[in-house]
Amino acid sequence: MSVDATTVRRIAHLARIAVSEDEVAPLQGELNAILAFVEQLGAVDVTGVEPMTSVTPMAMKKRTDTVTDGGHAADIVFNAPETEDNYFLVPKVVE
Amino acid sequence: MTASVNPKKLIKGGLHDWEVVIGMEIHAQVTSRSKLFSGASTEFGAEPNDHVSLVDAAMPGMLPVINEECVAQAVRTGLGLKAQINHRSVFDRKNYFYPDLPQGYQISQFKDPIVGEGTVLVDLVDGESITVGIERLHLEQDAGKSLHDQNPTQSFVDLNRSGVALMEIVSRPDLRSSEEARAYVTKLRTILRYLGTCDGDMEKGSLRADVNVSVRLPGDPLGTRCEIKNVNSIRFIGQAIEVEARRQIAIIEDGGTISQETRLFDPGKGETRSMRSKEEAHDYRYFPDPDLLPLEFDQAYVDRLAEGLPELPDAKKARFIADYGLSPYDAGVLIAERSSADYYEVVAKGRDGKAAANWVINELFGRLNKEGRDIESSPVSADQLGAVVDLIGEGVISGKIAKDLFEIVWTEGGDPRALVESRGLKQVTDTGAIETAIDAIIAQNPDKVSQAREKPTLLGWFVGQTMKATGGKANPAAVNALLKAKLGIE
Repeated sequence: MSVDATTVRRIAHLARIAVSEDEVAPLQGELNAILAFVEQLGAVDVTGVEPMTSVTPMAMKKRTDTVTDGGHAADIVFNAPETEDNYFLVPKVVE
Repeated sequence: MTASVNPKKLIKGGLHDWEVVIGMEIHAQVTSRSKLFSGASTEFGAEPNDHVSLVDAAMPGMLPVINEECVAQAVRTGLGLKAQINHRSVFDRKNYFYPDLPQGYQISQFKDPIVGEGTVLVDLVDGESITVGIERLHLEQDAGKSLHDQNPTQSFVDLNRSGVALMEIVSRPDLRSSEEARAYVTKLRTILRYLGTCDGDMEKGSLRADVNVSVRLPGDPLGTRCEIKNVNSIRFIGQAIEVEARRQIAIIEDGGTISQETRLFDPGKGETRSMRSKEEAHDYRYFPDPDLLPLEFDQAYVDRLAEGLPELPDAKKARFIADYGLSPYDAGVLIAERSSADYYEVVAKGRDGKAAANWVINELFGRLNKEGRDIESSPVSADQLGAVVDLIGEGVISGKIAKDLFEIVWTEGGDPRALVESRGLKQVTDTGAIETAIDAIIAQNPDKVSQAREKPTLLGWFVGQTMKATGGKANPAAVNALLKAKLGIE
């Protein structure tokens, strides 16, 4: 598997990372090197092996349905560049 | 799946009759106290960002821990949809950027949802029923809320809703008209409310629909669909489908093609329009969320939840038809809300089921609708209405007087039986008193009496006069019999 220049631009856009035109070629090389490295895994026969999404041999911990958090709006917006009445303010995003 | 095409459901275009094909994704807010992965409250209407934990705000290092009640609610809903319950499901990250999604991804279930295929039986107005296939139900987080009208250059973001649990319920494209679509959502809402897994409050956004619409000539393969996002009332769902189907038909009949896209319904203008900016975002790059282990439970867990389920709408309807002798229509009206069904059963207990249904549907529901009240706040209790039905059944009051009595109980309250005594509403069955009234009327109207012998329909006039003379309290059957005898009418 390898990526072309268009895919590099697309991935960058989806991740909202600004990539200039002269960065595309080097990034393409780096990404393809990574993909080639990972591709070695293709040599392993995994027939009948369940995909592993976690290495923790335990059941998922659950919470009871009780309200234990909240009530600190000022803390929630504390780091925001702009706020008003404990709302986050962002550049207008409506269509 | 509807096997054959019903010509009545086709939409007339300029050239052809078109079949509309509809599938729906319903987002139903799970009824729970706290959020899907945090301990913040789900309560509606709090001050901005007051019901937000650091998890919901996606602060670095925060980890999600699943709310066991949300899992139980999803399983209950799956059971209510007669669906396959998956003992192992997986949470995935759905990646996109939007200011009200602080994580930069929504935790959802993609490949392995908690609930698989099921069915919903939908009754239509004309008595026909359709079975709508459910493809899947999965758990996911809601996003926050953006307000765009507070400031000319900025949007305001409130994360109170961020992280609240949603069930996305995906139907198969089994619906063939806006009416079927509306009936489907109505039925789904009823099931969810019976189960207590979603309050179904569309005004508060607890139930929202994404509607997939395509058109085709009957017998053709499926056409290209457009998805109408976030329609938030059952009426708008119907309107959006009608408008969108006609838009697509016009394009195809003009020789154009439909491009698959996301659209928005504008109820004010009565049109759908393209949301072009959403197109790029469709590459969600799902992958399993490494913060969460697979969700696993055994059949014993499912069985325990199944035991705790209430009687569901279809079963209740069948029982009302069988036990109370109701028509499918009346039974359907009564079971639409669990509270109405419960009310009816108190009225019907030990009484004539049909009479009870008539009083609940015609008098009580009519009056509640007129005043915009729901049954929980009915001024007339089920026991009071039951007493009214008893008084008619016992022949103590006439049906007409019963309506007056209902009105008194509605406005003033009190025990109907005592009211009948104190207000003198008792039906006069004493033939002597009725005879006196009839004799007086006959004496005053000799011309009408002779006419009545020629034209027996005039009997009605005499009945009316007698009822008037007795203040509406005369037993109608007794009045009829006596009048016929005295006037010599067969």
